[in-house]
Amino acid sequence: MKMFPCSGGRPAKCQTARAACWGSQFLRAVLLLSPFVALASNDPVIIGSKKFTESYVLGEIAKRALHNAGISAEHRPGMGGTIILWQALRTGQIDLYPEYTGTIAQEILRSGGPMAPGEIRSALAKFGVGMTESLGFNNTYALVMRRSEAKRLGIRAISDLQKHPELRLGLTHEFLGREDGWSRLRERYAQPQRNVTGIDHALGYSALASGEIDVKDAYSTDARIEQNDLATLEDDLNFFPKYEAIFLFRLSLPQSAIAVLRRLEGTLDERRMMRLNAEAERTKNYTKAADLYFAERSAGNAASEESLVRKEAHWILRHLQLTGLSLLLAVILGVPLGIVASRGGPLGHGILAFAGIVQTIPSLALLALLVPLPFFGISARTAIAALFLYSLLPIVRNTASGLQDIPRSLRESAIALGLSPAARLCQIYLPMASRSVLSGIKTSAVINVGTATLAALIGAGGLGEPILSGLNLNDHATILQGAIPAALLALAVQGFFDLLDRVLIPRGLRL
Amino acid sequence: MSALVRLVDVSKRYADATALHSTNLSIARGKTTVLIGPSGCGKSTLLRLIVGLAEPDSGSIEFDAQTITPHSIQLLRRRIGYVIQEGGLFPHLSASANVLLMARHLGTSRAKMQKRLAELCELTRFSPALLSRYPVELSGGQRQRVSLMRALMLSPELLLLDEPLGALDPLVRASLQHDLKEIFERLRQTVLFVTHDLAEAIYFGDEIVLMNEGRVVQKGSVTDLRERPADPFVTEFIHAQREIALR
Repeated sequence: MKMFPCSGGRPAKCQTARAACWGSQFLRAVLLLSPFVALASNDPVIIGSKKFTESYVLGEIAKRALHNAGISAEHRPGMGGTIILWQALRTGQIDLYPEYTGTIAQEILRSGGPMAPGEIRSALAKFGVGMTESLGFNNTYALVMRRSEAKRLGIRAISDLQKHPELRLGLTHEFLGREDGWSRLRERYAQPQRNVTGIDHALGYSALASGEIDVKDAYSTDARIEQNDLATLEDDLNFFPKYEAIFLFRLSLPQSAIAVLRRLEGTLDERRMMRLNAEAERTKNYTKAADLYFAERSAGNAASEESLVRKEAHWILRHLQLTGLSLLLAVILGVPLGIVASRGGPLGHGILAFAGIVQTIPSLALLALLVPLPFFGISARTAIAALFLYSLLPIVRNTASGLQDIPRSLRESAIALGLSPAARLCQIYLPMASRSVLSGIKTSAVINVGTATLAALIGAGGLGEPILSGLNLNDHATILQGAIPAALLALAVQGFFDLLDRVLIPRGLRL
Repeated sequence: MSALVRLVDVSKRYADATALHSTNLSIARGKTTVLIGPSGCGKSTLLRLIVGLAEPDSGSIEFDAQTITPHSIQLLRRRIGYVIQEGGLFPHLSASANVLLMARHLGTSRAKMQKRLAELCELTRFSPALLSRYPVELSGGQRQRVSLMRALMLSPELLLLDEPLGALDPLVRASLQHDLKEIFERLRQTVLFVTHDLAEAIYFGDEIVLMNEGRVVQKGSVTDLRERPADPFVTEFIHAQREIALR
């Protein structure tokens, strides 16, 4: 595990003569929330993979191959799309990931046309990135339909779609967005269809099966093409480029690790890959599929399966780390910001406006915005930063409104008594606003537990990991392994804060 | 004996209206001066200026021959007690914590604070058994007694009372009036008392200051006001109040 900063700073002491500052008592209580982050020793090789079965399986194969060679390796599955992984690789957040030659030419190098392997290799070298030879199969894009439907309409190739403008297309967001994707395909084949929606890859199969859409994009080695009885439409105008599977790796990797990757070259043909994909989806277990690859090469190696309880504990702990740390940061910054905001003026309004705007950015977009920034990238840091930003608004706003709601007569009584400004804040204003402040923190915490499931998208782990892979496998049981604990966790957090209310809200305010 | 507080040409404007026209006033030591007048006449503004909750636009205020500035007021406030109509007790603190708040802030020893607290309970006729209660658990009259204890805790030279009995029912009000007067006499306290009730003003006031529309109309004893009114408004005010009392 890579380290991320743990702020264990003690809350600043208030200057009041004797009375302990209510604020510091409060922070101490919140500190209990954040489990300490485990620190790793020597850096393992970090493997990334994209958010679909084949990429997961290839990532697992690389991990096993490295393990077998005695090299410690860690796999961060399902980190997202091409650009996120490429950025992560370039910046050293990950050391290698499986990729396809067509994607490199079109999306990464943006060549505008096909490139020879030699050209690709020298272009990549400028980024300090190397590429293996083909692993042995070409996984190109394809359009698929229900077999029965294709037969009924007499559709065999993509050009046959021209005659059926009424067909509904459900395409992945990546395919819709990429250079060599939908817009070029539509041009080349002069496709008349207007009903085109963007849909998650895995959900698209369900939509296809239930008849909500008629055509979707797929990868040619996708096991679900067989399983769902789908027909692959022939690319009769040779639109799709070659997508040879390879590994991209950082040239700074130790030679021994690179040598292990090279040994994987040419060992997987299309049929074999499809079988591994099918195995992964049947058993709902990527490790098992990777095991199958090695079992076929050298029978014997028993599967090393982690128990569900241990995995669950790992996810939950990680989830708590993400939410706890981000919430802690949000409290440390949010309460003082709320105090400033409560005084109004341009600064106060500015703070509230900023926190409000952050809240309106969709969480996925916020993650995507943070990933390319230097300090962040594919890491828990990014997830914590995003969760922190989301937690700010309820805390800032509730702190500000709690303080503003204190009657003027009581504020003036505190002033007229002769209390110093710091003492007024710590002994009078903050305790009086405590109910509002705490309810802001409670809101943030509960939302945070839910939003943290998205952290898995950028490889930060947590309960989003099973949800994401379950979604990808269309496997409800796996989704529930993440969703149920996340819901229970939210309830537990709520309960914990209800208890905290009793400790921290002065009794005089609860009567 | 010299005045404890002296206002010299003090005026105060708020955004839309003049709250206090240029005013000169002296508050004599050891006496109870009552500020009276219809609402909005500037009597509360005058009190707020003295305790530094508002700053004068012009003129100066002296406390014990020392000019009040935003800087000096911080320390002077320890020599001034301030009680408002609703008591101004902090709801999250018990009665005793409210009373001891400032003494604690100044680091007074526990023994000293307990001794003073006992004295104050005796003085204000507040049952020590109620000291651990929170403001919401006390009646209106009890709350005002606690508020008075809080104001008297540091033995201030000046006690400012802004309609302290305004929100109480008549019976409680009468008994508190009686107790307050006794306390002031016992302590030889310099008091500035704001009210809009003439009977209360007459009961407490060694000196009565009648205000109207941001100006002091007349200052003197009840007899002065009644027999030598400086202005038709004085007579009008006295008559209006008397008619209400007789009705």
